[in-house]
Amino acid sequence: MQPFTLIEGIAAPLPAANVDTDVIMPKQFLKGVDRSGLKEGAFAALRYGPDGTPRADFVLNRDPWRAASFLVVGENFGCGSSREHAVWGLSQNGIRALIGTSFAGIFFDNCARNGLLAITLPQEDVARLLARVGDPETCRIVIDLPHQTITAAGLSLSFEIEPTRKDALVRGLDAIGTTLQARDDIAAFETAYLKGNPWLA
Amino acid sequence: MIAAEAGRAESGTVAKTLYDKLVDAHTVRRLDADGRQVLLYIDRTVLNEYTSPQAFTGLREAGRPLWRAKAALGTVDHVNSTASARTARMPDDDAQRQAVYFAENCRDFGIELFDVLHPQQGIEHVVMPEIGLVLPGLVIAAGDSHTTTYGAFGTLGFGIGTSDIEHYLATQTLVYQRLKSLRVTVSGALGPGVRAKDIVMALIRDIGASGATGSAVEFAGEAISALSMEGRMTLCNMAVECGARGALIAPDETVFAYLKDRPRAPKGALWELAVSRWRQLASDADAVFDREVAINAAAIAPMVTWGTSPDQAAPVGGQVPDPACEADPDRRRDMERALAYMGLAPGTRLEEIAIQRAFIGSCTNARIEDLRDAASVVRGRTVAPGVRAMVVPGSSAVKRQAEDEGLDRIFADAGFEWRQSGCSMCLAMNDDVLGAGERCASSTNRNFEGRQGAGGRTHLMSPAMVAAAALAGRICDPRPFLGEK
Repeated sequence: MQPFTLIEGIAAPLPAANVDTDVIMPKQFLKGVDRSGLKEGAFAALRYGPDGTPRADFVLNRDPWRAASFLVVGENFGCGSSREHAVWGLSQNGIRALIGTSFAGIFFDNCARNGLLAITLPQEDVARLLARVGDPETCRIVIDLPHQTITAAGLSLSFEIEPTRKDALVRGLDAIGTTLQARDDIAAFETAYLKGNPWLA
Repeated sequence: MIAAEAGRAESGTVAKTLYDKLVDAHTVRRLDADGRQVLLYIDRTVLNEYTSPQAFTGLREAGRPLWRAKAALGTVDHVNSTASARTARMPDDDAQRQAVYFAENCRDFGIELFDVLHPQQGIEHVVMPEIGLVLPGLVIAAGDSHTTTYGAFGTLGFGIGTSDIEHYLATQTLVYQRLKSLRVTVSGALGPGVRAKDIVMALIRDIGASGATGSAVEFAGEAISALSMEGRMTLCNMAVECGARGALIAPDETVFAYLKDRPRAPKGALWELAVSRWRQLASDADAVFDREVAINAAAIAPMVTWGTSPDQAAPVGGQVPDPACEADPDRRRDMERALAYMGLAPGTRLEEIAIQRAFIGSCTNARIEDLRDAASVVRGRTVAPGVRAMVVPGSSAVKRQAEDEGLDRIFADAGFEWRQSGCSMCLAMNDDVLGAGERCASSTNRNFEGRQGAGGRTHLMSPAMVAAAALAGRICDPRPFLGEK
């Protein structure tokens, strides 16, 4: 997993509430058996018209946000289906972090598993960020994960993140490898658990 | 006492919720100082063909074996055809590739598979309970958001992404962040013709699509205790639509009666032992929840969505709301967008909205009781001209049982298509798709833009209401058809 430390980049505003994973990655892009080919799928119905031409009204089709590394999003972003394809598609478009008031639970975990930083901030902080990133002159921001800060034009915000989640992101840890270091603990737990619940053995 | 709880006697007599008890009983080790993040032992999973392939590829590339292959079951459900003549062939080449790779993975890793020709094939969350694999006190994580369904059994069920499927398969555990607790108490009795679907849709409307985000919900109250297992599964299934990452109902005699003699449920002395343990699974009387919501069952009317988020819903006797009356500008903008997509004008009576499609199916509402309920509306009547109506049973076993009861004839005689099992037009990954602009009365769980097909317009409701809408050719109140007093 790609480590996340300090990243400077363009942030794009996407303030609609309840943007679901069907919208982030529509069903026609879910038919693969690998993670590839999802770049074009991200937000496909918003990005392209029925004839396949880019829609000028979609922010990621416009300069300078076309090169966005971050999205500032609305409430409950990523709700709905568990499809991790949504996160893979965002990553394949160069998105490294999302900033919003709340994220759906499965999506939030999927982000962490792929090195995509999802930052939760209070409504007023998200509103202040949106006001800046919607302007081409002030849309560049800096996210410093080790210090848990976001810096934008005339604005410095700090954010909370669970220490273990932060550590995994900063170091780009392989989650399975880390867990398997506790292999003996898992085996011991399982033996006792199945003994105590013999109908599951 | 569940075995793993034995070690925490020193924590004293702190009152606990059922959720806390399940997490504690499955905690292998704490991962942070205050125990908010734990390594959680997962009892079982169910796999499907579309969210699992990359997990298996990851295991293959890393050369990692499965921790416990017998704790996984595979079923093909998302991409298969539901045409009445069943073949092994998937509707398109990509789907075929997924089904073939899934079979290869199950074979190579030693996982039992219900492929599309298997007599037990069906939607994962219908199959798991009906064969008796969902038991009280378990933790089940699976690569589908509607894994919350299993809460109906007092099982902590939750959806995970593909990376976590891989993590589970390799370690039998997940890195798990403890949730907040939310109790929803539904007191009193439902009115005639009002269903579990209406309870959960009313809840989602009331607390919003993110109202339970970050929470495990426990449902309680007389109206919940009175629900059948099918009703409880509908309720817990859709709890994810208000953001719940787990939905629990304390197990009771209804659960035990449902499970007894199911093929994979424990038998004999083990059954007796298990039930004696399961009776202890409940929140302590003085447990404190982070949040409480109270709902009066008698006040709930049959519900239907008008927008593109499950919380954009109203009682069937209501109207499409007017965004101009919404004070919050963000919410107003979202409402305007939803109404433009849905092709609806503010003030329209919901019962005036004409439909072209009717769909009874999905892990939310395609179990035997759902089909019986819809059939009782349909019996002796015919689908309105210009409406294409489909019934897609939740599993092949449900289909057989319905046929044994003659329900297939009732539907077919009325003009419904009687199809094979699968997820079908709930998410339209197969060839069951709405055309652009087509409006569908649907017993499913999500009315998102494009969910049932690009440009398709979905109105969520109970299966009885879908049946009534198919007959009337428009959204309508199912209660006169049901004739309950």
